[in-house]
Amino acid sequence: MKKYITDFTIIGKRILGEQYFTLTLQHPATLPPIAAGQFVEVEVRGCKEVLLRRPISIHDVDTENNTLTLLIQIVGKGTRQLATLQEGDTLNLVYPLGRGFSLDGEKVLLVGGGAGIAPLLHLSKCLNAKGIRPTILLGGRTADLIPVRDEFKSLGTVGIATEDGSLGEKGLVTQHTLFSGDYDHIYTCGPTPMMKAVARHALANGIVCEVSLENLMACGIGACLCCVVDSDAGHKCVCKEGPVFKATELTKWLNN
Amino acid sequence: MLETKIHNLTLKNPVMTASGTFGYGEEFSDFVDLSRLGGIVVKGTTGERRQGNAYPRMAETPAGMLNAVGLQNVGVETFCQDVYPRIKELDTNIIVNVSGSSIEEYSKVASMIDALDRIPAIELNISCPNVKKGGMGFGTRPEMAAQVVGEVRKVYHKTLIVKLTPNVTNVVEIAQAVEDAGADSVSLINTLLGMAIDVERQRPYLSTITGGLSGPCVKPIAVRMVWQVAHAVKIPVIGLGGIVTAADALEFLMAGAKAVEVGTANFLDPAVTMKIVDGLEDYCNRHGIKDINDIIGII
Ligand SMILES: Cc1cc2nc3c(=O)[nH]c(=O)nc-3n(C[C@H](O)[C@H](O)[C@H](O)COP(=O)(O)OP(=O)(O)OC[C@H]3O[C@@H](n4cnc5c(N)ncnc54)[C@H](O)[C@@H]3O)c2cc1C
Ligand SMILES: Cc1cc2nc3c(=O)[nH]c(=O)nc-3n(C[C@H](O)[C@H](O)[C@H](O)COP(=O)(O)O)c2cc1C
Ligand code: FES
Repeated sequence: MKKYITDFTIIGKRILGEQYFTLTLQHPATLPPIAAGQFVEVEVRGCKEVLLRRPISIHDVDTENNTLTLLIQIVGKGTRQLATLQEGDTLNLVYPLGRGFSLDGEKVLLVGGGAGIAPLLHLSKCLNAKGIRPTILLGGRTADLIPVRDEFKSLGTVGIATEDGSLGEKGLVTQHTLFSGDYDHIYTCGPTPMMKAVARHALANGIVCEVSLENLMACGIGACLCCVVDSDAGHKCVCKEGPVFKATELTKWLNN
Repeated sequence: MLETKIHNLTLKNPVMTASGTFGYGEEFSDFVDLSRLGGIVVKGTTGERRQGNAYPRMAETPAGMLNAVGLQNVGVETFCQDVYPRIKELDTNIIVNVSGSSIEEYSKVASMIDALDRIPAIELNISCPNVKKGGMGFGTRPEMAAQVVGEVRKVYHKTLIVKLTPNVTNVVEIAQAVEDAGADSVSLINTLLGMAIDVERQRPYLSTITGGLSGPCVKPIAVRMVWQVAHAVKIPVIGLGGIVTAADALEFLMAGAKAVEVGTANFLDPAVTMKIVDGLEDYCNRHGIKDINDIIGII
């Protein structure tokens, strides 16, 4: 898939609580095809502590208006700087990067936590386009940490789990009643312990599972070899051979 | 206007890419017209396939980054069989960065690369530890550097560039030793040994604790070393370390480098090398320079 480096214009910004925001970005011409689970490398301007680009998943794609949306959690200096951007500002992206989700499966479960919810919106829409209505389970410590949920309602059956019980069922996503339903395919993105728990459950029950990893990256295009995961077949580049992997490729990673 | 020479190599312009930061060139083909580069130095290649170090392998630091990739690569045999056929038609100088843990390994890799028609040069990375000599870096002692270069010289017949480490007290001494041992050119600098600690988690950022520092923060050290070496050897010098803009590249040229390599900057902007080439052309036009060689070593 051809990659591009492009200046986008920010045409929409939504603040979602204290930690999250979305940026909707206008492409100057026609967006290239973007698979669910792919990501962009965002340039962070105007912050002297930040040198490298930051990898961010593609949250939503609107091919009619040639826009894409990013959902970003403020965790450090780069994401804090990105939060200062306003409508009308430009944002330089290298995109679309990585190998996304397969879109396989009939009875599909999506499990997302925190910023890991980001790629699941575009994934849900791509599954819908194939005639699949997934079950979508979103988790977080508190309701505030589940930045988007209404957007998913028309796309599938939505379940929410919060550790403090402030929204949906109290507990972890893996304890939610929807989690133990009848599925043949699970897609997951979120904190590592969550993804490992989901993947172990899937493997134990013969369910195909795809996980989307968030390793630290420098180049994002397979050149520096900084982002590797210790897969069963040796070190693999998360940015190029992932970020989405089949859980069966990562049993070593799952068990440590 | 921008053409320059390194020993027997003719470069369309002085802008090359640094090993380990540009893959095999293919990764950048969507962003860069590879035929507009003076050369591409591909990934460090060793005698056998290497897995490299454990994750995490990088940390961002002020105006730079630390890496501890640890020479992950497919090994020289797979390079010759699978990678070389894919890249050999590229219309630029393809240079293989050669690494090893013993003199025998360096010689093996160099002689296998010698047989590849479309590879006109190797860059010998002597920053690696010599396993047989207690892990002491080949490039940190003049005698050891001369020995590895001398042995490789026996089996390698094309342009032999030796890449120097800055982690030494006197880089000039090492440069002179490898010149005497038969190097056709030297390139510098490799990464500076560094370290960073995550104070919240109370542990180092890198799995290896220490790693190699690169990026804009190293540039003044690199320019100084290039200037010192360029005045002390007769063979052409290739300068690198922290180059992001055409002005950065010009600093190295004025300090005495006949060509430059761009490393970490490729991560910040995958098209950066094209901007540097354009910027050099623009500079020459603005200053009425007909031949870039006229400003090389003017300081
Ligand atoms: C493929 C991919 C997709 C991603 N998608 C999204 C997304 O859609 N939305 C989103 O908000 N974030 C996403 N991330 C994570 C995001 O890249 C990081 O949060 C961001 O780079 C942090 O930058 P910073 O400058 O704010 O943090 P820094 O100041 O650099 O670091 C702050 C803290 O966060 C930790 N940290 C930084 N990056 C990561 C990381 N990748 N994984 C784990 N810990 C990290 C650091 O170690 C440090 O403790 C994604 C990461 C990857 C690799
Ligand atoms: C991720 C990474 C991998 C590298 N791998 C190699 C390598 O395999 N062989 C080598 O000689 N130098 C390697 N280097 C060093 C660079 O080629 C270069 O000497 C150094 O980064 C300084 O230049 P820069 O500041 O422009 O990056 C690597 C650097 C980085 C950042
Ligand atoms: S981030 Fe450079 S190879 Fe993946």
